[in-house]
Amino acid sequence: MAYFEVKGITKFFGGLAAVNDVSFQVEQGEIYGLIGPNGSGKTTIFNCINAYFPLTKGEIYFEGKKISGLMTHQICKRGVGRTFQVVKPLKRMTVLDNVIASAFLHTRNKSEAVDLAEKTIEFCELTKYKDKLAKSLPIASRKRLEITRALATKPKLLLLDETAAGLNPSELDEAIALIKKIRDSGITIIIVEHIMKVIMTISNRILAINYGMVVAEGSPTEVAGNHEVITAYLGEDYSAQS
Amino acid sequence: MKRSFGRLLLLAVLLVFPWVLKDAYYQHLMILVLMWVAIGSGWNLISGYTGQVLFGAASFFGIGAYTAALLLHKLDISAWWGLPLGGVAAVLLAFPFGWICFRLRGPYFALATLALNEILRNIATVWESLTEGMVGILVMQSFVSKIPYYYIALGLAVLSIVLVDVVMKSRWGYYFVSIREDQDAAESLGIDTRYFKMVSLCLSALLIGLAGGLYTNYMGFIDPKVVFSLHDISIMAILVGIVGGVSTVYGPAIGAFIMVAVQEVFRTGGFGLLPALGKTTGWPFMTTLARYVSEVHVLSFGILVVAVILYLPNGIVGDWSSIRRALIFWRRKAA
Amino acid sequence: MEVFLQTLVAGILKGGLYALIGLGMTLIMGVMGIINLAHGQLMMVAMYVTFVLFHYLGIDPYITLLISMPSLFLLGVLIQKFLLNPLMKVESILPENQVLMTVGIGMVLTEIARFIFSSNYLSVKTSYSSAAIFVGGISFSVALTIAFIFACTLTGILFWFLIKTDLGRSIRAVSQDGEAAQLMGINAERIKVATMGIGSALVAAAGTLLLPIYYLFPDIGGPFTRRAFVITILGGLGSTVGAIFGGLTLGLAEAFSSTYMGMEFEDMVGLVIFVLVLLFLPGGLKSLTKV
Repeated sequence: MAYFEVKGITKFFGGLAAVNDVSFQVEQGEIYGLIGPNGSGKTTIFNCINAYFPLTKGEIYFEGKKISGLMTHQICKRGVGRTFQVVKPLKRMTVLDNVIASAFLHTRNKSEAVDLAEKTIEFCELTKYKDKLAKSLPIASRKRLEITRALATKPKLLLLDETAAGLNPSELDEAIALIKKIRDSGITIIIVEHIMKVIMTISNRILAINYGMVVAEGSPTEVAGNHEVITAYLGEDYSAQS
Repeated sequence: MKRSFGRLLLLAVLLVFPWVLKDAYYQHLMILVLMWVAIGSGWNLISGYTGQVLFGAASFFGIGAYTAALLLHKLDISAWWGLPLGGVAAVLLAFPFGWICFRLRGPYFALATLALNEILRNIATVWESLTEGMVGILVMQSFVSKIPYYYIALGLAVLSIVLVDVVMKSRWGYYFVSIREDQDAAESLGIDTRYFKMVSLCLSALLIGLAGGLYTNYMGFIDPKVVFSLHDISIMAILVGIVGGVSTVYGPAIGAFIMVAVQEVFRTGGFGLLPALGKTTGWPFMTTLARYVSEVHVLSFGILVVAVILYLPNGIVGDWSSIRRALIFWRRKAA
Repeated sequence: MEVFLQTLVAGILKGGLYALIGLGMTLIMGVMGIINLAHGQLMMVAMYVTFVLFHYLGIDPYITLLISMPSLFLLGVLIQKFLLNPLMKVESILPENQVLMTVGIGMVLTEIARFIFSSNYLSVKTSYSSAAIFVGGISFSVALTIAFIFACTLTGILFWFLIKTDLGRSIRAVSQDGEAAQLMGINAERIKVATMGIGSALVAAAGTLLLPIYYLFPDIGGPFTRRAFVITILGGLGSTVGAIFGGLTLGLAEAFSSTYMGMEFEDMVGLVIFVLVLLFLPGGLKSLTKV
């Protein structure tokens, strides 16, 4: 049984299939990338896994147990964490308080939660912002805070949704380093990303999506050279040339 | 250290208050203030901290009040039992209500609380065999002096403040605020938002219901129009919350003080200033103005709501830094 | 059987007017995303305007429409521009600011009316106020029937406006996706002001049309606000067609409960429907839960 498995998931919005019969498996400890043009359904797939809305069809399994049909907070308790594309911190609270809120998931004791929060903040190298209000953080740190909050829930599988968007080159390198660090600590990662540099360098395998359907799956180089993927991203003319 | 000293001093002042100021009128006003501290704190928990705005707080107040009254009226049990039981009854109401209505987001939940308020008021008015309808229920008051009531109200107010303070520093508090800021993110972080919204609502209902139970015992008379009143209870609760400062522990306390003062100013025409002026100057205009002023307290509430939301949305405590800046600005201009 | 048909007719006629009230509110809800709890109070203002014009200048209510509608349009515009639009820039912790603001506005309007007119019940007695025509043994209140015809006409004009004119289409665009509309160059703030004006004008029409067969006092706003949001929620938020069905449903429900259960239950009926919708309405509720 695969560590994490998505079987034939489909999500209809009215008459439109945002996700259409998508299946894939993720192995423990790997970084699995999800790419596709805008509107191809990547974030919708996350929303399905996370039960942000219900599946029209299909099933999702984690650690051999079915998680599709559970409520969002139950899925998080099972060990599936998630960040959002549009970061949503508790704006009027400090960074530390933000992370403490997530840290309460596995402990009721406040000092333990504070402890876990501080350790997670240190891990993500946000300690210098610890007592600053979340709304005063620059964008790169806010994205980092988003990841920190998700990490404080002690996930076994982490869904990262476009964490690199809007970052400059040096911030990008730092983000990549952090993601690798998370993987090295034993957490499996599924990452949705637009920025090729990020996803190509860190993913073990990649799934390419277009119009809600699977287009290709394989190693980064395999997918990058795939005819249909190139067409989807760059258009017919480019693929005709290659 | 400085903060705790200030609070202890305040507590000391409050404790000796009724012995220093023996005028029953001011004691009455303070009892109202303390009662509103409790109601405001309750309102603040669910509306300010958890972001599920309660438009019909009178629902819980009225249930608390009627529980106390009916215990005496129908079961011949001392209405004082109604104090704790009123709180319990309010929670019993909050539970199914929240269960049904928390699937509604934002403004629709607020509307539902309004509807609940109206429905309860209608039931209390129409179900005469139970509640005596518009005639109301009379309760024999246990004490002649206001002082015992004062200390009970003080106890309730202190309980409310302490409760809010403790809760908001705990796991529950963090979860409440997470729900307010972004419910979807909160769910993704493992927070069972429905459950915790329920917890918050029940706590709020408890405090408001307790205040209702106290009200019956103190005032000695209740009827549907008073205890389920939209303007004098539900809107007042909102004003107490927003004037003082939503999402702050002491905001409701300040709001309670100010709002009771405002209410009295209007009811008495400036604490009797306007009628007195009318008499001394002999200007009929003054007396008519006094009469009008006492009738427009609801208008003042409406204007206050509009003004506070526009200019002081986070209340006095919440917007304190901007207030200070504005004051400094005016002082500099005068200099 | 006759009583049944009579009630049916009364319900439909009244329902047509209620639809006007609901349309205004649902437009505002769809475009601004706020529930205007001052809606009934705006209607009250229109009714007082109508009363004054009739009582002091002898102007017939149907002609007053030409005055009450624009005046309330203006009032709505002013409210939106100076009281509601600024709220979007205010950084407040409390989420339901705008709705609360409308509550405050409603209170102010009611109390000002009470200040000017006192709490007395007023009415407008025109020549046709109590007149009725008989068709097939069923009496049709003349005033109510004419009001119904006006209501249908106004509704028709509204739909034409929404579908055929630029402003109307802009309104629908903002209602469907405010951000996208702004990206297309639509000034969302101005649209909101216009929508508030239109919504107010519609409810003003309902008030003016209803006055000859109703009575007027300052607190009349509250029950109508309640009716307005029952209609809107029943029909589905932002749905103009829904508001029409909602209005008719409420009109019929009130008429039947009034005939068969007693007049004192009229107010409760709306509340009961509201609760039932909350509990059981599948489609309508779904759109509420992910707002």
